[in-house]
Amino acid sequence: MTSAPLLRLQGIAKRFGALLANDGISLDLERGEVLALLGENGAGKSTLVSILFGHYVADAGRIEVDGRPLPPGQPAAALAAGIGMVHQHFTLADNLSVLDNVMLGTEPLWQPRSRRREARAALLQTAARFGLAVDPEARVAALSVGERQRVEILKALVSFGRKQGARILILDEPTAVLTPQESASLFDTLGQMVAAGLAVIFISHKLDEVLRVSHRIAVLRGGRLVGVLPAAGADKALIAEAMVGRRVAPPVKQRRAAGDVVLQLQGAVLRGDGARPLLDGVALSLRAGEVLAIAGVAGNGQQALAEVLSGERALDGGTLQLDGRPLPARPREWVAAGVARIPEDRQAVGVVGDLPLWENALLERYAAPAFARFGLIKRRVARAHAAQIVQRFDVRGTEGGGVDTVTRGLSGGNMQKLILGRALMSAPRPRSTAAGPPRGPGPAWGGPALGPAGDTPPRLIVANQPTWGLDIGAVAYVHQQLLDACAAGRALLLISEDLDEIFALADRIAVMHQGRLTAARPRDAWTLAEIGLAMAGTAAPAEPRHAA
Amino acid sequence: MRLERRDRPSRLALLAAPLAAVAVTLALSSLLVAWAGAPVGRAYALLIEGGFGSRFALTETLTRATPLILTGLSAALAFRARLYNIGIEGQLYAGAIAAVAVGGLHGGSGFAAPAPLLFALMIGAAMAAGALLLLGPALLKSRFGVDEVVTTLLLNFIVLLAVSALLDGPMKDPTAMGWPQSVALQDSLQLDKLVPRSRVHTGLLAALALSAALWALLRFTTLGFEIRAVGSGARAAAFAGMPVAATAVKVALLSGALAGLAGAVEVAGRTGYVTLDMSPGYGMSGVVIAMLAMLNPLAVVAAAVFVAGMLVGADSMSRAVAVPTYIADVIVAIALIGMLVATLLTQYRIRR
Amino acid sequence: MSETLELLASAPFWVAVLRIATPLILGTLGVLLCERAGVLNLGIEGIMVAGAFAGWVAVYQGASLWAGVGVAALTGAAFGLLHAALTVSLGLSQHVSGLGITLLATSLASYAYRVSFPKVDSPPTIQPFAPLAGWPIPVLNAQTALTVLALLLVPLVAWLLMRTPLGLAWRMVGENPAAAEGQGLNVAALRYGAVMAGSALMGVAGAFLTLSAFNAFYFNMVNGRGWVCVALVVFASWRPGKALLGALLFAFFDALQLRLQQTGGGAFGLELPYQLYLMLPYAMAIVALVLVARRAAYPQALMKPYRKGER
Repeated sequence: MTSAPLLRLQGIAKRFGALLANDGISLDLERGEVLALLGENGAGKSTLVSILFGHYVADAGRIEVDGRPLPPGQPAAALAAGIGMVHQHFTLADNLSVLDNVMLGTEPLWQPRSRRREARAALLQTAARFGLAVDPEARVAALSVGERQRVEILKALVSFGRKQGARILILDEPTAVLTPQESASLFDTLGQMVAAGLAVIFISHKLDEVLRVSHRIAVLRGGRLVGVLPAAGADKALIAEAMVGRRVAPPVKQRRAAGDVVLQLQGAVLRGDGARPLLDGVALSLRAGEVLAIAGVAGNGQQALAEVLSGERALDGGTLQLDGRPLPARPREWVAAGVARIPEDRQAVGVVGDLPLWENALLERYAAPAFARFGLIKRRVARAHAAQIVQRFDVRGTEGGGVDTVTRGLSGGNMQKLILGRALMSAPRPRSTAAGPPRGPGPAWGGPALGPAGDTPPRLIVANQPTWGLDIGAVAYVHQQLLDACAAGRALLLISEDLDEIFALADRIAVMHQGRLTAARPRDAWTLAEIGLAMAGTAAPAEPRHAA
Repeated sequence: MRLERRDRPSRLALLAAPLAAVAVTLALSSLLVAWAGAPVGRAYALLIEGGFGSRFALTETLTRATPLILTGLSAALAFRARLYNIGIEGQLYAGAIAAVAVGGLHGGSGFAAPAPLLFALMIGAAMAAGALLLLGPALLKSRFGVDEVVTTLLLNFIVLLAVSALLDGPMKDPTAMGWPQSVALQDSLQLDKLVPRSRVHTGLLAALALSAALWALLRFTTLGFEIRAVGSGARAAAFAGMPVAATAVKVALLSGALAGLAGAVEVAGRTGYVTLDMSPGYGMSGVVIAMLAMLNPLAVVAAAVFVAGMLVGADSMSRAVAVPTYIADVIVAIALIGMLVATLLTQYRIRR
Repeated sequence: MSETLELLASAPFWVAVLRIATPLILGTLGVLLCERAGVLNLGIEGIMVAGAFAGWVAVYQGASLWAGVGVAALTGAAFGLLHAALTVSLGLSQHVSGLGITLLATSLASYAYRVSFPKVDSPPTIQPFAPLAGWPIPVLNAQTALTVLALLLVPLVAWLLMRTPLGLAWRMVGENPAAAEGQGLNVAALRYGAVMAGSALMGVAGAFLTLSAFNAFYFNMVNGRGWVCVALVVFASWRPGKALLGALLFAFFDALQLRLQQTGGGAFGLELPYQLYLMLPYAMAIVALVLVARRAAYPQALMKPYRKGER
């Protein structure tokens, strides 16, 4: 007598334009198990669970919960069937309270009065049951990231009104925003859920985590299900290869003797709106040819540090020196002084989506003599420069329009390559005649050979989450370009929340917590536990425990 | 129902959009014409004829189009930079009053000076008046985040009241027998007629020239680049080091100046003096024209001529057939909405 | 100065204040509902005109006064439906769509009026709402039923927004529509509902002018009051109670300048042109907006169209 699995997906397929996000995926999920969906960015994991939850409608395939078919495209139906989802980007209203957020959708809209007291009781009961402490009346805006995640989870688990708590919980990249200690605490919670009979789908691209927490692992690659295997005793290298489809070569990193000090920050203070300063006496120094990585959980001042080091904001206290000289907070001067900046949010801050590619390539340097004279833009020169960037930095997606392609239409990876190329390639000499043949093989960025008039080749690269959201090919490309730049004598300041990236690229690592920066130590001098502690800002050691 | 972005809008679609919008507009408006009890075909024929069908009609349309081109340019420029300038009407009147203040007949207001100099001063004053009027709301927006739609709208009422007070008092024309109108502009400052025995004046040439100049500014200059970048991606523009706040101010000054100029051109070319009803909604029409033209300065001319033709044609039609002149306003409003939908459909596909 | 104090102590002054405030209260509540759900509705000026006309013409054709109010509400809701279709389903700019609706509604109302009454020397009139004589409360008994309705709607809307599941859902689609969708709610339907309900209130605000304050339809009746409501919503921080306060404050200044005009413009012994007094309320609205806008807690999803499934 076999009972139907709790959840069964059969032949799920979904296409977005030219992209086949899911290609005939079939999966089963049993009660009381944690199934991990493992795959790199762009493999189709989020699409699959969005279809499961009803955000999208699959082009083909069916879903059955407890043997009963699930109507597609309706989150309400998924919720009624007991499927709950904790999204990667939290779906909470900042201006409302925790209780408001949890109560949403639990009572019929035509009910004349909300039963808040009963709801609060139900919330506290569920919170106690799973060990997730919350204050129901707190405004979400005041909560930390870890606390907000707890609210998201409780939203899915609470039974109230006409809403049943979830039997199947989907967690989409839940540890992306947590410290290692907070992640451990999350895994504990998962253990308790499983013990209570829930089934969990755990989405991640981090192999170690997945091995620790799940019973079975389903590997996705390029929209296809490559294999499902038990986590116990799994061969890491084999799984990694299945994820990526080929042997992953770690980026080539040459050790060089560090050169002169390029960037020096001392006692940097930046005030914000709140009582606590965004930057609280940050000090760092960076030499030519070396990579300094700043680790830390989002929201601890990295954005402020990036803004200061991009020339967007001036310090309220302390000193900043580039090549021994202070620089005013004017981005154009920073660019001219040789700082290549890669912003965190490529779509909203890196480029102006509606403009064509060549104008975005021009965005930072349009006022330079190379590109403008008497207030008129030298269109031919600018377009040629953009064409060079496209060629050198392998920017794809420009088939139809060339440099006139609207930038919004580029994929994330290609947009990032454009931004990289724009930052690393300095302007041509102003009096050069129209676009000559591309320069010979060599560094893709401006080196001494281009000898600009008034425009320094990049000395310092400030990269803020440079590979966030990119697929493995783009990630490898970006990493290699950054490392090659360092090998040629540039200094790289990398701000990242991805510890894998940090460990792959860094010479020295410092950790940011609540506006303060630890001393930078060589990479090999850090252990994962120490970094986790520094990220959490606590001195108390926490023993990571294994999930069931 | 869901919207899915198209990869690349085809050239054909971009051209067909305005035509489709106009077709839908005329179809819907015909229902209103029928309601008024008039024969639809004949009414439309009269409308077109009244707007474009004779030398008189054409010159009237072009005369009406002149200030509309200028207010349309004012709106298009501002909207490009995401500055929703709905105060064009007020800026127009401010420009008109400033023009008369500088160039009015001596004895009432104004002063004596060689005509070319006075003319330049008059235009300058009008543009400055419009520019300053928009500067306030623009600064309030960039410094304090105050929504400029409401502030510019409310300013319209304030400006019109101020003009009314001036027309009752210091700038009143003593020879106008109690009618509230301003002192007239000196003859030497009034614009020449472009076509004899018609009302079309050289202001039209200025409007056309400005339309081309604005197009060139946006396309070829660094300032135009800044305006376009700040308008569609202010954060990216700021990161790249563009002077966002300064650009917003420049746009406000330019947009307000164009609106003020429209007022001066109307006074110098058509009326000769300022009255409270000299602008039958040119400001709001300018906004509509800018949207119809998809914020393109060259297309503003076409849109302005279309709207002017509708207004003039409706006047003429209503004399022959019992259809109220308001049909023109309805046609323009439906055309605006139709244009918005059509433009959207060139960029997005509707999917089930 | 003492004349001013005398003025403030007189009942007819406060009667005028409440009367002037009524359309502002209704209009502001209407905008508030729309904006709380995340949709800016600049069609209010036109919807008030259309509501004024529609309600009045229904009564002129023989309907009862309350039926006229109903017609005005339906007219408002119809334009609200159009605005919602353009902004929620099609995702057009809320600024532009709203302005287009104002133009459309105003021109349609003017056109309809002219078609119905081609040649009239003075506007035809109807029998408006009568004051509620017989109520013991002093200033209130000179008001009409619509004013009482407006005052009652303030706590009702507050209750709706803060204490019912529907209100919570509306607030959520104005703060984080993805959250609402994630809980199985239909964001589009909720926004449509809020916009239509808010627009219905705007229509009633217009009807007050023709059915209660006056008894005929004039072409420039609304005269910018719709825009004032938009400003008042920001001033009120999107809360019904403060909206009432803002409306009363504005009406206070408006009534004051009316009286000052009548008493010859000598507020402080100066001979000021009457236009200056007329300006006061608008200027005050701008000042109020500036003072409050710095700390304004906008509904976070206001003016952002929500595309289902676009993450």
